[in-house]
Amino acid sequence: MSRYDTFHPVARVLHWLMAIMILAMLFIGAGMVSTLAEKHATLVAIHRPLGMIIFVLALIRLGFRLVHRPPPLPVGMPEWQKLAAKGSHWVLYTLMILMPLIGWGMLSAGKYPVVMWGGFVLPPILPQDPALFAWLREAHRYLAWLFFLTFLAHMGAALMHGLIRRDGVLKSMTTGN
Amino acid sequence: MQDPRNPRPPSGLAWRWGVIGLAVIGTAAVFGYAGGWLAPDRLSPKKIINVLQANGGDHPGYRRNHAKGICVGGHFESSGQLAPFSAAKLFASGTSTPVVGRLAIPGGNPQAPDSSAPIRSFALRFDMADGEQWRTGMNAMPVFPVSTPQAFYELNVATAPDPATGKPNPDKAKAFFSSHPETGPFLMWISQAKPPASYVDETYKSLNAFYLRDPAGQRHAVRWQVVPETPSTGDGSPAAGDTDYLAADLQKRLAQGPARWHLQFIFANDGDPVDDASKAWPDDRKMVDAGTIVVDSWQPQADGPCRDVNYDPAILPHGMEISGDPIIVARSAAYAESYLRRTSEEGHLPGTERPKGETP
Repeated sequence: MSRYDTFHPVARVLHWLMAIMILAMLFIGAGMVSTLAEKHATLVAIHRPLGMIIFVLALIRLGFRLVHRPPPLPVGMPEWQKLAAKGSHWVLYTLMILMPLIGWGMLSAGKYPVVMWGGFVLPPILPQDPALFAWLREAHRYLAWLFFLTFLAHMGAALMHGLIRRDGVLKSMTTGN
Repeated sequence: MQDPRNPRPPSGLAWRWGVIGLAVIGTAAVFGYAGGWLAPDRLSPKKIINVLQANGGDHPGYRRNHAKGICVGGHFESSGQLAPFSAAKLFASGTSTPVVGRLAIPGGNPQAPDSSAPIRSFALRFDMADGEQWRTGMNAMPVFPVSTPQAFYELNVATAPDPATGKPNPDKAKAFFSSHPETGPFLMWISQAKPPASYVDETYKSLNAFYLRDPAGQRHAVRWQVVPETPSTGDGSPAAGDTDYLAADLQKRLAQGPARWHLQFIFANDGDPVDDASKAWPDDRKMVDAGTIVVDSWQPQADGPCRDVNYDPAILPHGMEISGDPIIVARSAAYAESYLRRTSEEGHLPGTERPKGETP
């Protein structure tokens, strides 16, 4: 195994914690809009506070990343792959922050109470406006698709680094060196 | 493609690619299942709204059910009598909470005559000072026709207008009702229903049972109803050929003074069905008068404040909870779909119809 710089342990913990939360969030979202079974209510009740937790963690993680630069990509990696890796990371960061804001804004525009738990409600961030609600609701749907597809590409690429190239990129986010 | 510092290709390339492919395709497949794309037979909010829309006709910008209605405004004055049973702040003694309401008739046609169905509905949104809300959609009937969302869907399919006659096919409807004995109490009631020619004289019921959660954490199964304070004036039926008498009556009544209803909570006894809206509870159940709903203004629904409210019955304040009645959650999910469709039409989203009467 070649020597490779690794991600800071804090970055690794945040990465895997958020990976689980975001993947759960995508599944909850897809499930809750397509079902009218009893689990719909449970899924909605989880979706909103979990989204806000992801939002807060994403801001912390972004701040941490700006202070602690990630390890460089392997020297032998083709340029297009490096570009794809960096681009997809910024797409993922953008969506982690944008999706909760769109969800919050969309509920505000629909004048829905943004219920967290136990009667705690977030204030609206946008005025009531049905057209704005509809646009944000559809944006939330299509960006969730983009989020899921980017996640699949990210996971596939990580596995390729770990199983085929074996260049230490996956290890830099799992056990370190 | 190999790392130059690690030039030998790994052994077992096939299974390595296999693992990657399985992870990616497997995750996508589970996502597809969660989203219902791999389970097209599953009853979805879209299917329910599609059948309502098919039965009511295309009316962009309007609700897919209860399309014809009128906005009302007012407030709720709490009596404080429900406070021992629910921690919800709007039930505290002396509390006044603004409400945005809507009185309506069932069906998806906003031009339907008021006499087209013997049922009226009353929806309310209570806006609490801290941002919490309670939304409820009530109906002037004693029970819901069916117990499950699936049966509700089948009921709408069975009573869809026949393309040849424009009327429901009586054989299909009969077949549905005979295979769903839980519809008995509803059919019995509707065969004799004679609604007053006024929204104001009606009693509206939650039909679904919910739970109150008291300050000590105890749960109480309840249904609720709003009962008019003044008894029916009984001034008879509308003039022949008048199809919009309900709104006209409401405007006339409100010009004379506010309309008032008492918000009564009915408590289940042990053994009363809590998860089945097609079953009535006996009349002698404990009842608590939570306060008075005072309606003192009206606005046309075309631009009134109730137009863009989704009266989702699952939006409850802390201190009220849904029960296991599957109809509540199905209403919540289906209303969300209807709300998205009509706001998309108002917002002129690509692929949606423009509401009629709007200049392009």
